[in-house]
Amino acid sequence: MKLRFVLNGESVEIEVRPDRRVVDLLREDFGLTGTKECCGSGECGGCTILVDGDCRLSCLMLAAQLHGREVVTIEGLSRNDRLHAVQEAFMEHGAVQCGFCTPGMVLAAVSLLARQPRPSREQIREGLSGNICRCTGYVKIVDAVEAAALKLANGDRR
Amino acid sequence: MTNVLIPESMEELRRILETHPGARVYAGGTDLLVKMRSGLEAVPPCLVCLERIAELDAVSEHGEVVRIGACVTHTRLLADPVATEHLPVLVRAVEVLGSRLIRNMGTIGGNVCTASPAGDTLPPLYVLDAELELRGGTGSRIVALKDFIKGPGQTVLGENEILAAVRIRKPRMFNLFHYEKVGQRKGLCCSAVSLAAMLRVSSGGVVEDAALAWGSVGPTVVRSREIERMLIGKELTAERMREAAAEVGKIVSPISDVRADAAYRRAVAGNLLLRLAARDGSSP
Ligand SMILES: Cc1cc2nc3c(=O)[nH]c(=O)nc-3n(C[C@H](O)[C@H](O)[C@H](O)COP(=O)(O)OP(=O)(O)OC[C@H]3O[C@@H](n4cnc5c(N)ncnc54)[C@H](O)[C@@H]3O)c2cc1C
Ligand code: FES
Ligand code: FES
Repeated sequence: MKLRFVLNGESVEIEVRPDRRVVDLLREDFGLTGTKECCGSGECGGCTILVDGDCRLSCLMLAAQLHGREVVTIEGLSRNDRLHAVQEAFMEHGAVQCGFCTPGMVLAAVSLLARQPRPSREQIREGLSGNICRCTGYVKIVDAVEAAALKLANGDRR
Repeated sequence: MTNVLIPESMEELRRILETHPGARVYAGGTDLLVKMRSGLEAVPPCLVCLERIAELDAVSEHGEVVRIGACVTHTRLLADPVATEHLPVLVRAVEVLGSRLIRNMGTIGGNVCTASPAGDTLPPLYVLDAELELRGGTGSRIVALKDFIKGPGQTVLGENEILAAVRIRKPRMFNLFHYEKVGQRKGLCCSAVSLAAMLRVSSGGVVEDAALAWGSVGPTVVRSREIERMLIGKELTAERMREAAAEVGKIVSPISDVRADAAYRRAVAGNLLLRLAARDGSSP
């Protein structure tokens, strides 16, 4: 099928099998390897992307579902070489170790902050409940999201 | 290759189902795509995604009845004022279903049609006496949820028939709503045992009415009038609940599996009642 959607701010058109998984489409056809696949079954959140602004699992979506939608992957988050406040906060708080979970974790955090600009720590944990990290132990991740919320509230970053 | 079709109206869906024998519908895909990938479900020649049919995607109020479109996601339900006001027992169960990501994608219709004994929306929907609106090529019919699910993964859905909506009469006569699941961890976990309860408790602390349903303790959800009757007219105390808990062990028929063994499930199913006594009857 001919698939048209907006990917990281740009309209794209591609001839693709409709049953291709979105995670494969992004990684293999578009070369966007920031999106990770780990479990392939909805349990780890490594494949998280934003679709029309909310977080989704790209391992459980088929290409056809993207038609007409707006997709953001980790590659589309920075603007003019400037990292998103959540990305910066992750670096500053040591919320990244091996980095495998990080793209999904960051995108889940971005969508959380978009609907809940000042979440409590409990709300952060809840909002990130679908993203699993085997390295950082979560405290630093929650710290980072809290700090990113402050940064965004102070308007110094998008 | 499997074709994937995404109709935008019920009429378009009906045509697709008529012209594509063997097509399989899905909504969020969080059950079906996982099962297909692990080989538990056959890959059909055609997959039909229901997510863009607006008619399946709304929560609405019709007098005493709340109608939840089959493709309403768990996240949407949690944000819906009608649901949060009138269906607290269901909302509590949906709050603990999967993770934010799963709730963003998974739907109430998918949870019902999967018909897993561990499906979190099912015990609440059983105590709410939910009815299902099924739509097929030749018309629609209403089936009570308890008659819809026949066993694990088995429903009375016919060929070319889909679940359009869940209908629930607002529970006016109850003032205590409870849902709890016990599993190996808090997030992303299918329950080993769950209990949904609605009680009417008098100002003096006496149970005047009760609706109770357990998940994961039999091939389908277990609703027990016997136990409900045992509680009615009694004071809501830990002691009374302990007596009832002993009876619960006799009526459930759990299996042993990777999540828990049968004896454990039997004990927990009863013990979950004790939590009701710890609740203040006046709180919602
Ligand atoms: C990591 C993970 C964690 C999970 N945790 C939980 C949990 O804690 N509790 C829980 O209850 N579930 C859990 N689930 C299961 C699943 O997310 C839910 O059952 C969800 O509600 C399914 O909805 P869906 O729209 O994704 O279903 P789909 O996968 O789209 O469909 C499921 C089944 O229903 C059929 N179907 C769907 N919609 C219709 C319709 N309208 N008419 C007819 N047939 C239809 C499909 O053909 C398929 O057989 C989990 C799943 C995953 C992957
Ligand atoms: S790869 Fe998609 S959730 Fe793990
Ligand atoms: S940083 Fe390694 S998995 Fe999270």
